[in-house]
Amino acid sequence: MPYPSEYRYSKEHEWVKLEGANARMGITDFAQHELGDVVYVELPKVGRKVKQHESFAVVESVKAASEVYAPVSGEVIEVNKKLENQPELINKSPHTEGWMVVLRIDTPKELDNLLTAADYEKHIGGK
Amino acid sequence: MSTIFEIGAEGRHGLRLPELDFDEKPIEELLSPELIRKEDPKLPEVSQIEVVRHYTKLSKMNYGVDDGIYPLGSCTMKYNPRINEETARLPQFAYAHPFQSEEFSQGCLQLMHELSQILCKIAGLDAITLQPVAGAHGELTGMLLIKKYFEKRGELQKRKKILLPDSAHGTNPASAAALGFEVVELKSNERGLVDLEALKAQVDETVAGLMITNPNTLGLFEEDILHITETIHDVGGFVYYDGANLNAIVGRARPGDMGVDIMHYNLHKTFTTPHGGGGPGAGPIAVVKTLAPYLPVPLINKSKKGDEYFFDCARPDSIGKIHSFYGNFGMLVRAYTYIRIMGDEGLRAISTNAVLNANYMLHRLKSVYKAPFDRVCKHEFVITSKGMNEHLRTLDIAKRLIDFGVHPSSIYFPLIVPEVMMVEPTETVSKKEMDYFVDALLQIAKEMKENPEILKSAPHVTPVKRLDDVRAAREPVLRA
Repeated sequence: MPYPSEYRYSKEHEWVKLEGANARMGITDFAQHELGDVVYVELPKVGRKVKQHESFAVVESVKAASEVYAPVSGEVIEVNKKLENQPELINKSPHTEGWMVVLRIDTPKELDNLLTAADYEKHIGGK
Repeated sequence: MSTIFEIGAEGRHGLRLPELDFDEKPIEELLSPELIRKEDPKLPEVSQIEVVRHYTKLSKMNYGVDDGIYPLGSCTMKYNPRINEETARLPQFAYAHPFQSEEFSQGCLQLMHELSQILCKIAGLDAITLQPVAGAHGELTGMLLIKKYFEKRGELQKRKKILLPDSAHGTNPASAAALGFEVVELKSNERGLVDLEALKAQVDETVAGLMITNPNTLGLFEEDILHITETIHDVGGFVYYDGANLNAIVGRARPGDMGVDIMHYNLHKTFTTPHGGGGPGAGPIAVVKTLAPYLPVPLINKSKKGDEYFFDCARPDSIGKIHSFYGNFGMLVRAYTYIRIMGDEGLRAISTNAVLNANYMLHRLKSVYKAPFDRVCKHEFVITSKGMNEHLRTLDIAKRLIDFGVHPSSIYFPLIVPEVMMVEPTETVSKKEMDYFVDALLQIAKEMKENPEILKSAPHVTPVKRLDDVRAAREPVLRA
């Protein structure tokens, strides 16, 4: 699966798509593949404020429960309710339908800490 | 196979009760109406022989440590010697009642006191409680002691962090988080050990403690343990030692000498009391002097004259009780028996052979399966199937192992190695059994290239075939 070039990526395998002052985010195809079949997703409450790198969601697969870290600081303004009943969207469509959260970005400068698609592919290439 | 409800016939039963030798009273006279059933409960209606055959059949489908190799990593599924059962069934132990007076419980108390002393000696620590009934229960108790200590000093507000390596057992962060501590994960370095830089970056006056397993869940000895414990002590924190992997070092190295302040023992691992479904666990914890005042009550003590054992309840700073009565006493009898029979030399032989066995298996397997940390291991090791066949996963290998009549190893733990298998043979398997298990894994590696379908559809020899674990997790049916 290609990594959209307009997205930014964290080393912890989250992707970010800029939508004006907001960031839509989810976990990458690499992450979903490593996790295996996702069976449950715990999402944060709308209104929660998170700091960059703070754990704010959990993805549970048949193998393990894994933390999801906020790729940027901000306030949660929307969560993907579909994941409650269809956690498999993360496996099927990690970069679009399997989005998890939309954040209102606090500090746009933090986006500079994230990787480009090419750099992210290099990052996972060694794994 | 049928369930017990599907066999038998209406009205069939296995017992005939004797004739009443008093006048029968209608139930309405004995119970108020809301307590009386409107319909009979749906119980199985079966004869005695049907019951016996049903459960005998079920027991034959089971696989336990009495069947053969059971190499679950960090679980220490070793043989439970039968003599443990003999002593635990001595009527003086088996029929002792927890409300019996101290005077009539001297034998039981003596056993608990002696076991306490032996366990302290093995750990190199000062005081102990036998009350916790599982490893995780020991962890929780240990965290309660740390909390109480800082509460007493008025530092609880400040001491909020518990550090732990990313190879830790999942119960560690759960125990710390359950008491409101903030859990901070330390990344391992490329050698599979605690990264000292990562540790340094987190260590400050807000650290309440560090939880560590040594050897860790990769089967590797934390070589910098003295430096690690010193770093934590320098900021006034405590080091908790998860005793899950004690089998690797028992009789050879003592956690107390490593600078550990609290540790739990898994009597059901290292000291051969029944494990898992076979019986209740036991997870005593030992501590350094500083933490002794906070241990749960009662402790088992000896009178000044030395002629009497008693329940020591007069401990004003104690965190209180963490289990009913005195823990799982029957397990204490078994562990005591095992330790006394093994003796000093025997205990040392445990760790020697457990480590030797793990290295033997690793050595044979690593030419085919990748060993991410290719060096001498302790009592367990990790290998991975990553890169062998991209259409197959470690889960498929584990399922296929069942076809060979053995229990698979742990899989997908520790979390830091992808597609991992974690193998702990223990000291009680023979070379023949290890060779059989290794040969099965080598055969499976061949099948991964030549006949991958056979892995995908495994297991083939079990009463139920491949279970849909994804659907079971997504749509759990918890009540029929």
